[in-house]
Amino acid sequence: MTIPNIVGAGLIVIGAGLGIGRIGGQAMEAIARQPEASGKIQTAMLIAAALIEGIGFAALFAA
Amino acid sequence: MQRKPVVSLLFFFLIAFLPLSVLAQEDMHLKEIAPGVEGEQGVKEEIKEYIDHHLLDSHDFSLFSYTKDNGEHVYVGFPLPVILWDDGLKVFSSSKLHHGEAVAEAGGNYYKSYHNKIYRTNAEGDINLDDHHHPTNVKPLDFSITKNVFTILIVGLLMLWMFSSMAKSYKKGALPKGMGRFLEPIVLYIRDDIAIPNIGKKHYKRYMSFLLTIFFFIWIINLLGLTPLGVNVTNNIAVTFALALLTFLITNFTANKSYWGHIFWMPGVPKLMRIVLAPIELLGIFIKPFSLLIRLYANITAGHIVLMSIIGLMFIFKNWIGSSLSFGLAFALALLELLVAALQAYIFTMLSALYFGQAVEEHDDH
Amino acid sequence: MDKLINEFSVGLFFWQLLLFVGLVLLLRKFAWKPILDSVEKRESGIEDALQAAENAKLEMQNLQADNEKLLNEARAERETMLKEARELKAKMIADAEGDAQAKANKMIEQAQAAIESEKKSAMAELKGQVASLSLEIAEKVVKDELSSKDKQMELVESMLGDAKLN
Repeated sequence: MTIPNIVGAGLIVIGAGLGIGRIGGQAMEAIARQPEASGKIQTAMLIAAALIEGIGFAALFAA
Repeated sequence: MQRKPVVSLLFFFLIAFLPLSVLAQEDMHLKEIAPGVEGEQGVKEEIKEYIDHHLLDSHDFSLFSYTKDNGEHVYVGFPLPVILWDDGLKVFSSSKLHHGEAVAEAGGNYYKSYHNKIYRTNAEGDINLDDHHHPTNVKPLDFSITKNVFTILIVGLLMLWMFSSMAKSYKKGALPKGMGRFLEPIVLYIRDDIAIPNIGKKHYKRYMSFLLTIFFFIWIINLLGLTPLGVNVTNNIAVTFALALLTFLITNFTANKSYWGHIFWMPGVPKLMRIVLAPIELLGIFIKPFSLLIRLYANITAGHIVLMSIIGLMFIFKNWIGSSLSFGLAFALALLELLVAALQAYIFTMLSALYFGQAVEEHDDH
Repeated sequence: MDKLINEFSVGLFFWQLLLFVGLVLLLRKFAWKPILDSVEKRESGIEDALQAAENAKLEMQNLQADNEKLLNEARAERETMLKEARELKAKMIADAEGDAQAKANKMIEQAQAAIESEKKSAMAELKGQVASLSLEIAEKVVKDELSSKDKQMELVESMLGDAKLN
């Protein structure tokens, strides 16, 4: 692993982490606001997080 | 009825000490390496090598190995059949390979295992390496029943036994007996909370078999990866690729007109945008299952690497504070891995159902 | 990425695909279909039972309503019968009273008529007796005092005047 690769991987992790963190945070807020819709919010959250994760992994393997 | 508390207690202990047993197993492996190497650098190298080795498939099912005083490696386990396609079918027992230490002869050809991959060699078993330390020998097509294939087979048989006995218990009464009591809520969860909301009441039945099988398969095989058996199936890209390929094929072969319409000629957007969107959507068809296979592979591999690295730290610290700290950390991580094992199975099933749902969705708006 | 492609094991891929597809097909036949069918059957059975209970409840309510209606009808009938009886009674009493009154009146009338006729006959008798008495008196007077014609006439006149005053 070369230095640019490592830096790139780090950037990807930061980006994906921020993205997933934001999704999680927003989902928490949404659940707090509407606890009765928590099931739907959770599903949507997992899907969104999974999509970001997928892109993140793809980039990570490219790096 | 008398038996029940005992069984559940047993189950509880199994769950509670599963992480411990993982640690115990890895401890055993590492202890056996550590004394032979001098210096911290050596230990690090050994640990790295051990982790790399653990992540690989192997041609025999070895539970653990140790070194005798006279330097002889003793492997405890059993051999599995090696099946090669190299100008004809070649079948022999993996015991002939002696864990890469011996040359096996089959049908007039000589084979040797190098880093758990079989190469055709000359009678002396020479492996020629190029500048990048990659062997240049001919690699025959390897259809061996490896450790992973063997595990998949065992898990398949286990699932067949579990679920067919559960199905049989329905014949005696409306409620399942024994294991079915535990499995039925999960089956119903997959039906009511994964399949029906994502696919829709009209079409979900077609996909139930696949969704249920894939969920339990990934879950059980992930859990097996945490046992001291040391099997490690879902961190092989070939395995997750096969699973994702099935999702991909099922999605695209059961897709309706409106699905393809949304990909090639997105309704409701300007014509120019449709031309731009088509290749992106087309790429999306492949990216979706690709992200599935990468996610499962990467999560399980990363989990194993981190867990084993932290266990390895115990031998690098070699003092009671550091070692016990890393033991605690490893224990917590092992518990987390139990969660990840189920979570990854859930995500894989959930996203598969979502893709199937997109394929059969009927749009009458726009 | 290179490492991933290098690591890719065709054999493992082949076996995984084969075994997994086989597993899906076998499980579908021997496990998922019977399990899901039985669960569905159970669920529809529960639903049917609930529906049946609901139906029974409705029927019960209908029956109760019917009962209530019958009861009300009976009550109303009783009420009318009682009312009729009461009216009849009142009428009978009133009739009887009227009869009695009429009878009494008639009897009183008859009595009065009888009294009147008795009185008349008594008066007639009295008058007769008075006449005969007067005649007798007159005879006697005549016998005694028929000496003077003038005196005799005067006496008869005074006596008749007295009798008329009675």
